[in-house]
Amino acid sequence: MREIEYQAVVKSVKRLCIDAAYFLPEDVTTALDKAANTEESPLGRTILGQCIINARIASTDNLPICQDTGFAVYFVDLGSDVHIKGGALTDAIQEGTRLGYSEGYLRKSIVADPVFNRKNTGDNTPAVVHIDMVPGDVLSITLAPKGGGSENMSRVAMLKPSDGIEGIIEFVVHTVVQAGGNPCPPTIVGVGIGGTFEKVAYLSKKALLRSIGSKHPDPAYAELEQTILAKLNASGVGPQGLGGRTTALAVHIETFPCHIASLPVAVNLNCHAARHASITL
Amino acid sequence: MPTRIITPPLDTKTIESLRAGDEMLLTGAIYSARDAAHKRLCDLITAKKPLPIDLSGQILYFVGPTPARPGTIIGSAGPTTSGRMDAYSPILLEKTGLKGMIGKGDRNSTVIEAMRKHRAVYFAATGGAGALISQCIKKSEIVCYEDLGPEAMYRFEVHEMPLIVAIDCHGGNLYLQGPAVYSRAK
Repeated sequence: MREIEYQAVVKSVKRLCIDAAYFLPEDVTTALDKAANTEESPLGRTILGQCIINARIASTDNLPICQDTGFAVYFVDLGSDVHIKGGALTDAIQEGTRLGYSEGYLRKSIVADPVFNRKNTGDNTPAVVHIDMVPGDVLSITLAPKGGGSENMSRVAMLKPSDGIEGIIEFVVHTVVQAGGNPCPPTIVGVGIGGTFEKVAYLSKKALLRSIGSKHPDPAYAELEQTILAKLNASGVGPQGLGGRTTALAVHIETFPCHIASLPVAVNLNCHAARHASITL
Repeated sequence: MPTRIITPPLDTKTIESLRAGDEMLLTGAIYSARDAAHKRLCDLITAKKPLPIDLSGQILYFVGPTPARPGTIIGSAGPTTSGRMDAYSPILLEKTGLKGMIGKGDRNSTVIEAMRKHRAVYFAATGGAGALISQCIKKSEIVCYEDLGPEAMYRFEVHEMPLIVAIDCHGGNLYLQGPAVYSRAK
């Protein structure tokens, strides 16, 4: 059994919150650069140029890339031979979030109750924490802060198996086109297919973590990703929904086996400020 | 390159000269407001009580900035989704003389009709460019609703803030016109 200090987790999580908010991952900046070169709309090119300069300013001035520093969503792989010494893992993650959002001058965007008490909790907690138990003695934590604008445009559909590939394509394209400029296109489109109602939503979010430009390991799904991406970029929605050929930077699919009666599909959109940061302890 | 500079308060003649798709730079004072501040303003109007600020001819910026680091003016300050303000904007346009709004994303038909009727304009700022936009903010102070935290109403003095006329007072709408130009969908 390997022991990891509670405070070491707190410190790492705090760092993740700040780094994710200030530094746009390289795969995203590369994709934005590429889009700025290929976009046909002059206004679209101007907007993409602003996104690129924005990321540069954020990293040099230690400013959040976007004022919506998001809901802190963590994907944790916890090795079964790891023991957190001095407290619970989830408590350490919440504590790190509290410190990161405070010391990093990040926006606190969480209200205590969705209906009766929409009062800001003041420290951006609670975070959402997904933990997977994995073999080994390593703890990996990925933070994907999620902005409200793109999250609000995400959808789940319980399709019929007979809807097939066409049904999936239609639902994903419809969701992105309907969202228009709201999720801050160009977006990264996370698509979950299969599993159950809650599992498919989780898959669509996890799909957003994949590096832009990476292909699905299954050639059939890799092709489906490209088919959907081409349709999205033919829609005309464009940067910020104001018209153009860059509506999405990537489509990422994650799948899971499913029930004989079902074909669940979920679309989780991420804005162009697709922030995430990881650490392995 | 956007060269036209506009400065609030906006008059009807200026507003009527703006067309969806125009790029411009905004210099002058604007006020921030998100959902919670909009609700409070509209509740005051419904109760026939005075508002904490005079919005006549003014521009509301839909933004909730990140906190300023000590020694700086403001944190990251890009636009939020305007659709959430659709329930409130028509009331403000009718009752306060509000002339401009800055946000991101399309507006509903009720807002667009109110903009036509009361001669107002809706600008898009680039969503997700909060660090870039923060550099245009030269002065910042909380006007009211400080208890709302990031949703408090601020008064910003901005210099050459890059904007696009997204919806004009003649019904021109770049969220429809722009995608129509670039659509290849059959």
